[in-house]
Amino acid sequence: MFDRLTERLDDVFRKLRGQGRITERNIDESLREIRRALLEADVNFQVARSFLHAVRDKATGREVLRSLTPGQQMVKIVHDELVSLLGRQMEPVKLADHPPTVILLVGLQGCGKTTFAGKLALDFKKRGRPPFLVAADVYRPAADEQLRTLGGSIEVPVFGLAETGEDADPVEICRRGVEAARKSNRSVVILDTAGRLSIDDEMMDELVEIRALMHPHEILFVADSMLGQDAVETASRFYERLAFTGSVLTKMDGDARGGAALSIREVTGQPVKFICTGEGLEALETFHPDRIASRILGMGDVVSLVEKAEQVFDGEKAEKMEAKLRQEAFSFDDFREQLQAIKKMGPLDQLMGMIPGAGKTLKGVQLDDNAFVQVEAIINSMTAKERVQPQILNGSRRQRIARGSGTTVQDVNRLVKQFQSMQKMVKQMSRMKPGRMKMSMPFA
Amino acid sequence: MAVAGLLEKVRNGLAKTRSAMVARITTAISGDALDEEAADEIEEILIQADVGVDAAVEIVDRLRERLRRAESGAEQIFVSLRKELCQIAGGGVPFDPGAELTGKPHVVLVVGVNGVGKTTTIGKLARLYRDSGRSVLLAACDTFRAAAVPQLEIWAERAGANIVRAQQGADPAAVAFDAVSAALSRDTDVVLVDTAGRLHTKVNLMEELKKVRRSLGKQCQGAPHETLLVLDATTGQNALSQARQFHLATEVTGLVLTKLDGTAKGGIAFALRRELGIPIKLIGVGEGEDDLQPFDGETFVEALLER
Ligand SMILES: Nc1nc2c(ncn2[C@@H]2O[C@H](COP(=O)(O)OP(=O)(O)OP(=O)(O)O)[C@@H](O)[C@H]2O)c(=O)[nH]1
Ligand SMILES: Nc1nc2c(ncn2[C@@H]2O[C@H](COP(=O)(O)OP(=O)(O)OP(=O)(O)O)[C@@H](O)[C@H]2O)c(=O)[nH]1
Ligand SMILES: [Mg+2]
Ligand SMILES: [Mg+2]
Repeated sequence: MFDRLTERLDDVFRKLRGQGRITERNIDESLREIRRALLEADVNFQVARSFLHAVRDKATGREVLRSLTPGQQMVKIVHDELVSLLGRQMEPVKLADHPPTVILLVGLQGCGKTTFAGKLALDFKKRGRPPFLVAADVYRPAADEQLRTLGGSIEVPVFGLAETGEDADPVEICRRGVEAARKSNRSVVILDTAGRLSIDDEMMDELVEIRALMHPHEILFVADSMLGQDAVETASRFYERLAFTGSVLTKMDGDARGGAALSIREVTGQPVKFICTGEGLEALETFHPDRIASRILGMGDVVSLVEKAEQVFDGEKAEKMEAKLRQEAFSFDDFREQLQAIKKMGPLDQLMGMIPGAGKTLKGVQLDDNAFVQVEAIINSMTAKERVQPQILNGSRRQRIARGSGTTVQDVNRLVKQFQSMQKMVKQMSRMKPGRMKMSMPFA
Repeated sequence: MAVAGLLEKVRNGLAKTRSAMVARITTAISGDALDEEAADEIEEILIQADVGVDAAVEIVDRLRERLRRAESGAEQIFVSLRKELCQIAGGGVPFDPGAELTGKPHVVLVVGVNGVGKTTTIGKLARLYRDSGRSVLLAACDTFRAAAVPQLEIWAERAGANIVRAQQGADPAAVAFDAVSAALSRDTDVVLVDTAGRLHTKVNLMEELKKVRRSLGKQCQGAPHETLLVLDATTGQNALSQARQFHLATEVTGLVLTKLDGTAKGGIAFALRRELGIPIKLIGVGEGEDDLQPFDGETFVEALLER
């Protein structure tokens, strides 16, 4: 999509070539393409409009750099502008001078508040700040139990109806929850509230009351990254009533482009503080404006990919692997280990989505995680010796391996061939300067 | 009653944004013809309702075509726009819980991404079927999310339905199988299958869903007789991607559009209807038991363009 946008813009600017300058005359059509890209990414219509005005001002009269096509240059201007609007640096959660820090979570139904409460608690816990969860949703069936289960799984205490008695209302639960947290010396209290519509006055009043009583240090508006045009309406209503201090974008592990991030930021001026990328409680990331900008424009999220890779290929292992590669002792065992690491990074198609251009080149190619299973099965059917010294793999050995792994000799042959060319590649790369090796992966 | 009630609910939700929209449309077409400016304005209004650029452009084009043939004034343009939208949104047999059911038990599989309202919709649907005298069994196939089963249990109790459940982490396909077995032996009329929310991009989770689907059909031919994809009305263009992938995996037979009691207009329904042709069967207009309504295209458009 990013590539498509660049291409489309290049088409628009073709006429312009040789002029070496982006002119007003030719800019309109390119702005139309950009507008479409933004709307397809669910950036709010009005937000897109004012954004395009800014881009027009920035782009008009700009020299086209020799190293870039006009399309690329235009996309860069758009990208930079997006990044600057989304907020230049990430802002951590404000902590209270006198603990406990009180954090209030608010948002529409089903956006991911309760799950995020668990994630945030885990994050604080990991950083040595004992958290405390308060279940202040008395409306949704089993809401209390949901938070209790999540809290239990990370060994964080949860305060709710069981502690207050069934008759307590959310304001009361919050009040007594914070009190309990203070008594037990917890440093952060997270208040999980029920999902609600911004036009539900009674429910919004409840939050206003909680805010007035608890003076939260941070109010986070949790928003689904799949939100459409309504993001502006909802965010500004929540902001009007609660003056929230930041937002959280959830379900970013899907393929939503997340234009709502720009809309919310633009109408409230409050920064995005966290990104949620999965149902598991560890799937929490800090916000990087440049990544979201790329994503809104449909560009692969390379930085995320690299980070993900670095997480699974932990430093030490990577170094060991690198040393091995340098000695050209790379074996099928190492190969298998790498495969397993890649698998841990998530479903293949999702990974591919993060690589710019991959969407285009791989169109129609079925990215099947089963392919991994087959490769692993083949390696598992090798003897330890065969894995370390693949050169001994003669015809009969290959037949045995095929039988053992439920594949065909052709499959085995193909893998051995792939492995050999990988070894070759590795040999070439090992002549490169150290430290560059981290990202060498099979199939890369 | 149903239609009037629905209109009321949706109206309430749209009330705050509605007047502005109507005013804009009326101003846009205050001239006597659909000129460029008016066409742009209508396109803009549609995009702001999440109809999407492609669908909006097409609707405006067709509107132009329509008006070329007829005399056009502000009133005429408005009527034509409504007709155009009705044509896209409508069609399909309206959902009727009292209608004769295919299959005994009649198995309904409910799927969708996380948090859209699957479990709540099942609770409400159970209520509708119970009210028309049917026995209902809920299959708790979300064995993954924290407290998913207790949530469904509360809904089962509210609606007077039975439930088949298993341990946290159990194989959802096995639960599905057990539920159909139980329904067969108890002579139950309707089985509603709740599944865990999953993003359509996750290959392994979509495979799991296919397995649940297959397992429903093992003892009961033709099951699932209905596969409902639940979509959140606040969702933007990503709903298209969701619908495509879920349809590919589970052959969706109907859509449920939830949370229409909010400020989101659910215009993505038009883009979906246009691209995939799957009928919208039900709409969710609140968190209560009675807040599920059969979808009616005209009422939906009426509520959107209300003036
Ligand atoms: N894939 C994915 N799913 C998520 C993410 N965050 C939350 N979810 C899922 O979204 C669904 C709704 O999450 P909840 O935490 O219950 O949402 P909530 O805002 O508390 O919902 P209400 O209390 O009903 O308003 C659940 O299925 C979660 O597992 C995320 O980042 N990625
Ligand atoms: N306002 C409103 N809220 C709704 C509607 N339908 C569901 N909800 C709320 O949306 C939230 C999520 O609903 P669930 O039924 O748990 O959604 P789900 O799809 O089963 O979620 P997962 O199983 O976690 O994927 C709950 O707070 C519901 O009360 C509706 O039509 N209108
Ligand atoms: Mg919740
Ligand atoms: Mg559910």
